[in-house]
Amino acid sequence: MMHALTQLAYILATALFIFALHWMNTPATARKGVYAGVAGMTIAVLVTWVQPSVVTHLWIILPIIAGFVVGIPLARVPLTAVPQRTALSHAFGGLAAGLVGTAKYYLWFSEGPENLTAFRMIAIIVEILLGFLTFTGSLMAAGKLQEVKWIPQRPVTYPGQNLMNLLLLCVAVGLGAALVLHPTATWAPQLFPAIIVMALVFGVLLIIPIGGADMPTVIAILNAYAGLAAVAMGFVLDNKLLITAGALDGSSGLILAIIMCKAMNRSFSNVLFGAFGQVQLTKGAGEQKSYKGETPEGAAQILEQASLVVIVPGYGMAVAQAQHKVRELYDQLKKRGVTVKFAIHPVAGRMPGHMNVLLAEADIPYTDLVEMDEINPDMPQCDVCLVVGANDVVNPAARSDTSSPIYGMPIIDADKARSVFAIKRSKNPGFAGIDNELYFADKTWMLFGDAKAVIGELVKQLAGESGMH
Amino acid sequence: MTSLFLVQATADSAAAGTHTLPTVDFWGLLFVFVLASFIGMGVIRRVSRLLHTPLMSITNAISAIAVVGSILVAGGEYPLVIKVLGAIALFASMTNIVSGFMITDRMLKMFKTDEKRPAGGKS
Repeated sequence: MMHALTQLAYILATALFIFALHWMNTPATARKGVYAGVAGMTIAVLVTWVQPSVVTHLWIILPIIAGFVVGIPLARVPLTAVPQRTALSHAFGGLAAGLVGTAKYYLWFSEGPENLTAFRMIAIIVEILLGFLTFTGSLMAAGKLQEVKWIPQRPVTYPGQNLMNLLLLCVAVGLGAALVLHPTATWAPQLFPAIIVMALVFGVLLIIPIGGADMPTVIAILNAYAGLAAVAMGFVLDNKLLITAGALDGSSGLILAIIMCKAMNRSFSNVLFGAFGQVQLTKGAGEQKSYKGETPEGAAQILEQASLVVIVPGYGMAVAQAQHKVRELYDQLKKRGVTVKFAIHPVAGRMPGHMNVLLAEADIPYTDLVEMDEINPDMPQCDVCLVVGANDVVNPAARSDTSSPIYGMPIIDADKARSVFAIKRSKNPGFAGIDNELYFADKTWMLFGDAKAVIGELVKQLAGESGMH
Repeated sequence: MTSLFLVQATADSAAAGTHTLPTVDFWGLLFVFVLASFIGMGVIRRVSRLLHTPLMSITNAISAIAVVGSILVAGGEYPLVIKVLGAIALFASMTNIVSGFMITDRMLKMFKTDEKRPAGGKS
């Protein structure tokens, strides 16, 4: 009876999780999805808690309280910190899977070695490898995103790096195989921690060669790993709810990673083993090109006369916290009957969908946030394209320059607009070291300064003029 | 750490009685996994690109379903070390559940159409 009720509850929870994700297909129903998810999770927790094998409740209540104490502040971080929060929660997910796998192994080793069948041992090894490498890998990613001092921001590379990583992984898998074959050998309990340590080290080594621009893909991959670790736990515990929920998470991470890779015209292996951001340092010192500067006054006048303005936001907007000023500019232009759209590149920012969330936070209606593929056909009709802290995603070199490291990456066609204003912090060439042809084009004018200050100045100009009329 | 496990191991195997051999239908589990992955891909593919950040935080909360395994390990009649591992895992999963769902809802609340936008917006 208990078994039947438990299974029914788990099926219900699975269905609720599927609906939770289904309702995310439009912002109109998305919040319903959260409620479905919460309901599914509550059912899962309560039903598991009342299982007859669960006898000591203090050990459950205290961690749950601690989870609330830490979880609530983590949910209130500023939205610019969402990428690192996400990475941190992948780390927690990996840690949970790894620890449960470890606990189960030692438990069965001592209390029921016949439970350690080959299939189950494979699941345990997969669980701890994925769990622990996701743990340290995600911590590294979170540290890089948070710009923690002792974690290098620039990609760290050294000769033979990939070979060494591969070797380490092979050794860990090899030792895992030995454990699968002899799960109850006298040396097995000593070997197990060795595999854990290797997984932990591998996680760190996997992330140190990754640069900021690749973070959206890497976060998505770590998301998939965390999900797959939960799936492996389901195999270990013979629990279908863990498998279905983990599979939903795993496929989500996989699809996001594929979308990110396509948006950069790169492959998985290239992201993980390519060490982007190192290659292009050789170029640059060649011809001296000059920018054309523009004052906020002049720019405001041109913006005012436009009929279609497309704003291209990038990570620079997030860094400068300029989204609220951008919204003021949006309001000013709208008031004058100018159509304003936002062109969102899939990899703009540090995680999938990063820009959308920041602009939504600033109260910009999501109907004006347009995907790259949809906005590009309209770019020739665009009077002014305003680039706010974006660089690579509008670099025409991606289309024309075969020697460029970003060659082949789909871009927002800012260069096809009638005129371009680009807000840039300094006159130094390129944030990432890649020269951007767009800045030297005849129709481009540069607005130098902090994005927030420059847009604030534009807003002041526009508002001031309307006051005089 | 390891020696602690070993002491525990010998003590428990002495105490443990007979065990029935596990009858786990692994192929059934694999079947469920493959089908669930296909459903996941079908559903995720249709998620609005606007919502990829909230999507990631909600799947994060959902994958904290590891909470189920953690409860079983932390709350069972097991040696202390095992229960501590379970309790840490439970803490980690619970943190993900709470912060994952809360931040997803917080972000989704921000997505508005033009009509629903407060006049002039907040500054």
